[in-house]
Parts: sequence; C-alpha cells; structure tokens
Amino acid sequence: MSEPVVEAKGLTKRYGAAIAVNGVTFSVGEGEIFGLLGPNGAGKTTTILMLLGLSDISGGQARVFGHDPARNPLAVKRRVGYMPDTVGFYDNLTAADNLHYTARLMGLSAAERGKKIRAALARVGLLESADKRVGAFSRGMRQRLGLAEIVMKDARIAILDEPTNGLDPQASLELLDLIRDLKASGVSILLSSHLLDRVQSVCDRVALFNAGKIVLMGTVAELGRQVLGGGYAVEIEADGGNDLGKRLAALSGVRNVSEPEPGRWRLLCERDMRADAAAEVVSAGGRLKQLSLDHPSLENIYTRYFQNAQEVAHAA
Amino acid sequence: MQRKARREGSPWQGLGVVTLKELSDHLTSARMRVLEWLVVLVAVAAVYAAIQQIRDVTAQDPFLFLRLFTTAREPLPSFVSFLGFLVPLMAIGLGFDAVNGEHNRRTLSRILSQPIYRDALLFGKFIAGLLTMTVSLVVLWLLLIGLGLIMLGVPPGGEEMARAFIFLLVTIAYAGVWLALAMLFSVIFRSAATAALVTLGLWLFLTVIWPSLAPAVALALAPAGDQATQVIAAQMLARLSPSTLFAEIVLAILHPATRTLGPVYLSQLQGAVMGAPLPLSQSVLVAWPQIVGLIAATILLFVGSYIVFQRQEVRA
Repeated sequence: MSEPVVEAKGLTKRYGAAIAVNGVTFSVGEGEIFGLLGPNGAGKTTTILMLLGLSDISGGQARVFGHDPARNPLAVKRRVGYMPDTVGFYDNLTAADNLHYTARLMGLSAAERGKKIRAALARVGLLESADKRVGAFSRGMRQRLGLAEIVMKDARIAILDEPTNGLDPQASLELLDLIRDLKASGVSILLSSHLLDRVQSVCDRVALFNAGKIVLMGTVAELGRQVLGGGYAVEIEADGGNDLGKRLAALSGVRNVSEPEPGRWRLLCERDMRADAAAEVVSAGGRLKQLSLDHPSLENIYTRYFQNAQEVAHAA
Repeated sequence: MQRKARREGSPWQGLGVVTLKELSDHLTSARMRVLEWLVVLVAVAAVYAAIQQIRDVTAQDPFLFLRLFTTAREPLPSFVSFLGFLVPLMAIGLGFDAVNGEHNRRTLSRILSQPIYRDALLFGKFIAGLLTMTVSLVVLWLLLIGLGLIMLGVPPGGEEMARAFIFLLVTIAYAGVWLALAMLFSVIFRSAATAALVTLGLWLFLTVIWPSLAPAVALALAPAGDQATQVIAAQMLARLSPSTLFAEIVLAILHPATRTLGPVYLSQLQGAVMGAPLPLSQSVLVAWPQIVGLIAATILLFVGSYIVFQRQEVRA
C-alpha cells in the first residue's frame, strides 16, 4: 500500500486532568474508507479536530499528507474537506452563495467558482435548489450541501463527522451512496459515527473507540473473527423431527448448539455448514423453515467485546 | 524532527473575503436598517432643535457651525449627546453575536476548516463592523452638514470643517471601542443573548453609573489626600469609561475655547485670555491623551478577544 494519507501516532488530548483522547494510533490509506466508530463522547470528534489543526495536540503525532496539522494547518486544510457534525450554513444565503463564500476562502478564481459549484451541486443532487435559501433546507439537504463543499474543494481526503446523524433512513442511505461515489472518484474518507450498523456497509476498515482509546481496529470480518471467536453461526428453524438438537450437535464440525427458543437452533461451526445442517434436518424427518448464516455485525462485535471485557474484569 | 517556530502562510489570508461577506450581511440585515433609521430620525430631530435654538440666540459666534453639533434645546439633547448614546448601541448591535452566532449556526468549524487562520475571521468581522459604522456615521455627518447649510445659510469656515472632521474620526474610534467590547463578549459567551445583555449592562454602567461613582471610589482609595488630589483621582477614574473620554474630546474639539480638560489652579490662569478660542492644533493637543486612550482601548479589547478566540475549542 502507498503512503498513508492520514496517520496518527499516540495522539492524545488532555483537558486539564481529563483525558479525552488517549494515545490513539491509526492510519488511513489512499482511497480507503476508514470509520471511527464508538459511542458519543468517546473522543472521535476531538481526534478529528486535532487532525485538522482546529484543536491543540497534547501529545503524540498527527500527519495529514505528511504535514503536521499543528504546524502547517493551512497546508492540511487546503487538501482536506471537512464536514462537521450537523453541519451548519448561513440560512439567509442561498446554497450557491454559501458555496461561493467558502470557494472564495479556498482561494478559487471567479471563473473556476461558478463551474465547480454547479458541478458539485449537480453531483449531490441539489442543482435545482441552488438558488434556494439554506434556511428552507432539510437536514438531509444540508448534509448533502456539506458534501458538495468537499466535492467543490477537490479534497483528496474527506473527513466526515457523524454524516448520517439525525437523518431518516432514506436520506441516510442516499448519503451513504454519495460517500461511496466519492470513494469511487479516488477520495479517501475518514468518517466517524455512533451508528455502527449504518456505516458498517461503507467502511473498508474501522476503529472502535471507547473512552478515548481505540479498542479494536481492522476490517469488519477481521474483528468478527477476533471477537466472536471466528467460526460461523448458522441459524435453523424447523418443525418436527426427532432429537434435532442432539443430531445437529453430533455433526462433525459443529462446536456448539444452542436452542434460543423451541424450534430454533443456533450452531457454531468451523465452516459454513448450512448444507450439512439442512440435510440432517431433512433426514431426521423435520421440515426446514429457515436457514441462515450470520454475518458478523459491528453491533454484535461491539457489545460482545464489552461483555468479554467485563467478564475479564469480574474474573480478575 | 524539524520544528518551525513560525506558522506558515499569511494570517491575513481570507481576510478580504470574510470582511466583504460580513459587510454585505451587515448592510442587508434588518437589524442594521432599524438602527440606521433610528439614528437618522434622532439626528434630524436634534439638528432641527439646535437650529431653532441657534436662530433664537444669534450671537457673533465665530464657530456658529460647530454649535450645530453641541447645542441642545429642551427637551431634546444635542446631536453630540445623541451620538454618545446611539453609537455604542449600534456598535453593540453589530458585534454582540459576531462569534457566538457562528457557533450557534454551527458554521464556525466548517469555515475554519478552510485554509484560513482564525485571525482572518475575527479581524474580518471587526473591520466589517467598523466599516459599517463608518458608512453610517459619514452619511450622518454629511446629512448634518447639509441640513446645517440649508437651514442656517451660513457656510462653515475651514477650521470649523477641520474640527467637524476630527470629530467624525473620533466618533468612529468611539464606535470601535464598543464594537471591540461587544466582540469580546461574543467570543466569551456562547449565548448571543447573554453576550448582548452583558455588553449592554457594562455600557450602562460605564456611561451612566461610573462617572458619578468615580468620586466616591476616589474618596475610598485616598481618604487622606487633599481636595485637589481627590478631584484629580476622581477624574482619572472616570476616564476609565470610554463615554467620559468621548465627552471630553468633544468638549475640546467642538468648543475651541476649552483650554484644559482637568482642574486648574487659579495661579495657572494668570495671563490667560478667558473665552478666546485655541487654534486647532492646540485643541487637538488638549484632547490627545483621550484620543489615544480611545484607540488604545479598542486595540486592547480586540487583542483580548483575539487571545480568547485562539484558545477556544471550535466544537459546538
């Protein structure tokens, strides 16, 4: 992989005695979508602000395109597009005028501005609302306008803080599509969210935050193996059959069988054993109603991780 | 690692953009329109009253035109007293939500993630506010002189115009103090309403209460001193208020016969021709410390808000 776009080494932020971000280390590669996930107040936004040079760094190192945001904030801010949590615009100005203002701050020439603004608005589907005041915009439109600003900036990396926060499911799906679209055009993306499942689908790699630290990092599949103990979870729903539970447990490759409710079994296996399980149910005279393989979800990984951590803490 | 002591790039990058944007916001805001109408109506009323009064007592005054500024007719105060009252109100009206407004609209972090320093934002807002005040005051000043020409029918002399012009500059500096004060509170307080109330409260205190409180404070500080010391101490304390400084400058500039702004001993008056006007340069010299005081107060207050703003967290 080429040179990382964003790199944090032992990044730390202290407010007096309180530590908001505690020795966070991660890197975002080129063209990758990296998710900072975790509950509110875990230090995600603070980490982002330090990367942008908008908040002082108490310890550790940050590099964005090789620049230190604390020392060369302008060099960093020229290349990075940032969309803050619940992004705000000037309500009395139109969408296009809002972008004109930031375009001038970026130092774009007058000729470039008009063209880029139209192109950016078209890309996020706001072209017909270009001359409407932002005051009349819905939450989803504002978020899209925030993305338009990043598109207009030709940023090489987009940092999105809680992009889907407060959006209805339809709007947040649209926004995630736009984020994928942005990635497809070669932009690296660092996004933060507390909605684990919603962003799981777009992230190449994630870092799970808790209390200022990264507790888990990797692709969702890696984390699943790491935390959920690897293996495959197969769920079966079936009617009838004799001693189905015992027969399923006897299959080679099945480690464990549980019966969460009558007629439903959960198998932990070493490989994908859907076919074997189905054959077994049928041969036992049962009628198979449903068969599924669990994909590891971040939500599961996250809750399981903390259950484990608590068990370890109790045991100690 | 190589550490640079100086930050890269110009702190003024984006200054012009911010200034123009804020200026257009000010000039189109309903708030500004209300204030302008208030000022114009009040000024016209004051001038009309002054002209009536001047016509009644047509003395052989060599500075007849300056009387336009300072003559009062019951129950209306003079034009100068009106300005002393309204200029702070306008300046506070323009500045009280300068920075916290950006916070509350959630635009601050988005704007600061553009390649500019915070300096540009704060300074641009201050310049825009001061320019707005300057435009209104120049209009007002021309209006007054025009009305004076029409209604008095006496053209002003060169020195009168020079004095009137210096008065205009001083009024702009006076506006700068209150604008800087309002902006300081807009940085300190997150709520615009709190900032407005605190600034207005401080303005009332400095303008109305402090001048009458100063002698009492002087007495408490130096109970054993002789009378002259106490009078001087009380005056020094009263000069902590920009309103006192403004009133003193107006006295020296618009009343050419003013020889001193402090108490004098009888012995110092030996040989003085009472009531004879001072030349312009001497009048300016009399008021010079006060003029410098006003400008210094503006700079100090601005630096104060600058320091607080630089250290402030941008997250909402």
